[in-house]
Amino acid sequence: MLSNREILETLAMVDDQHLDVRTITMGISLFDCVSESAERAAGKIYDKVTRTAERLVPVAEEIAEEIGIPIVNKRVAVTPVSLIGAPCGDFVRLCRALDRAAETVGIDFIGGYTALVQKGMTPFESAFLDSVPEALASTAKVCASVNVASTRAGINMDAVARVGRLVKEMAERTRDRDGLACAKFVAFANAVEDNPFMAGAFCGTGEGDAVINVGVSGPGVVKCALEKVKGQDLTAVAETVKKTAFKITRVGQWVAKEAAERLHAQFGIVDLSLAPTPVMGDSVAHILEEMGLSSVGAHGTTACLALLNDAVKKGGVMASSHVGGLSGAFIPVSEDIGMIRACEAGFLSLDKLEAMTSVCSVGLDMIAVPGDTPAEVLSGILADEAAIGVVNNKTTAVRLIPAPGKKVGDWVEFGGLLGRAPVIAVNAADPSAFIRRGGRIPAPIHSNKN
Amino acid sequence: MQAVVSVIGKDRPGIIAKTSAKLYELGINIEDISQTILQGYFTMILLADLSGCEKPLSEVASILEEHGKSFGVSIRVQHEEIFDAMHKL
Repeated sequence: MLSNREILETLAMVDDQHLDVRTITMGISLFDCVSESAERAAGKIYDKVTRTAERLVPVAEEIAEEIGIPIVNKRVAVTPVSLIGAPCGDFVRLCRALDRAAETVGIDFIGGYTALVQKGMTPFESAFLDSVPEALASTAKVCASVNVASTRAGINMDAVARVGRLVKEMAERTRDRDGLACAKFVAFANAVEDNPFMAGAFCGTGEGDAVINVGVSGPGVVKCALEKVKGQDLTAVAETVKKTAFKITRVGQWVAKEAAERLHAQFGIVDLSLAPTPVMGDSVAHILEEMGLSSVGAHGTTACLALLNDAVKKGGVMASSHVGGLSGAFIPVSEDIGMIRACEAGFLSLDKLEAMTSVCSVGLDMIAVPGDTPAEVLSGILADEAAIGVVNNKTTAVRLIPAPGKKVGDWVEFGGLLGRAPVIAVNAADPSAFIRRGGRIPAPIHSNKN
Repeated sequence: MQAVVSVIGKDRPGIIAKTSAKLYELGINIEDISQTILQGYFTMILLADLSGCEKPLSEVASILEEHGKSFGVSIRVQHEEIFDAMHKL
């Protein structure tokens, strides 16, 4: 029999500490939608997504009601559209079909407007990349991603240079919305095939026809647990995080198993990432501050984050039969009230954020930079982040918003889960001659493991 | 299927009676029950068997939530397995 203490602890996690399941993401293969006719491919894509994900939202809501724990986002991730659209070449049309399908089934976002170009780029992938700004500016729910590097392949610097220019174009095309298209686009190193989180979710080519991936959350629960070990040493901190992560992940595991059964889909993975939201009490930054920093960004921040990220994984891994996705602490600036405050107060710089990404997933996320930041500087930031991922054999990503017409200290406002962020400074020195060299940064020596 | 029913609110006469009457009406059997006053609040936790209830758990949850509101308490019905998952190895 459960004790009252255990039951009340769970109730408090939901009521006071924002425990939720952050997302149920259904991966859907679109390989059977390939056609040389764009009209036919778009029709097949719409039909497949709406048929396969028809019950995703009602099933998620039903499960949430049964367990009394909110399931915040319901999403779909599809096979990279750069592959599916290759025979017809009209990628934007396929993007619009995805957007309509997302609207019909009532999901929040649909990911997979994606190209994997870490080693080289085919002509159709090149055409696909050109289509991304128009695709994102003319749709509401589609998210795009590009993988520009991997530990096995090195860094495709031609793709890195292209991404810098693309991000500028996306910002310009959505100038009236603070560059919103940039919030729906992420560039990766070591992208994973089963990520349930946006903007980078896509259904990898190694996945089945329909698969359920679940992202748990609960920064508020971890922070609250740490309040009970105030003043104790860091071993006690790590143990507390582990135990809390175990409980949170078990919720995700149960939800993923139930959702997969009810939707007749494969159970994919549970992603252990701690994901913040902009509301008070749901912040990863506040966990780090609970460990003893006066503000996130202080010297010591990277060490605190390393401890947190490791303990979350150690606690979570035993709680789930299949762990995957990104699985680490997220540090998006605009979506975390503690991060926003630290940037505003000048305690958190782009350089410190970059250092933090070397010990956690996933990268420089939802950071607003001045609108006049040159494309080559954006590419330089991405190259650095990709190098961290490639050398450390981990996923890293960049989702920056060069906010049109905005300067350091101004604000961008996206609303909802995407939040708001102060524009922060980038380094003024010029990396453009390096970016223009192009070519490929070779894979690191430790990628040769065979 | 088993569910955990938690009833929390300001203490007053009749909370147990009103809750258990509604459970009976829905065909739900109470298998275990405990009750205490926590920080001034009446707190009751029931383990309920829903196998004799024709309605799905999600509907039972909303019926009891509304019922609780009518006399000033919060009633929640949650799948027992989620608590087991979180607290038992």
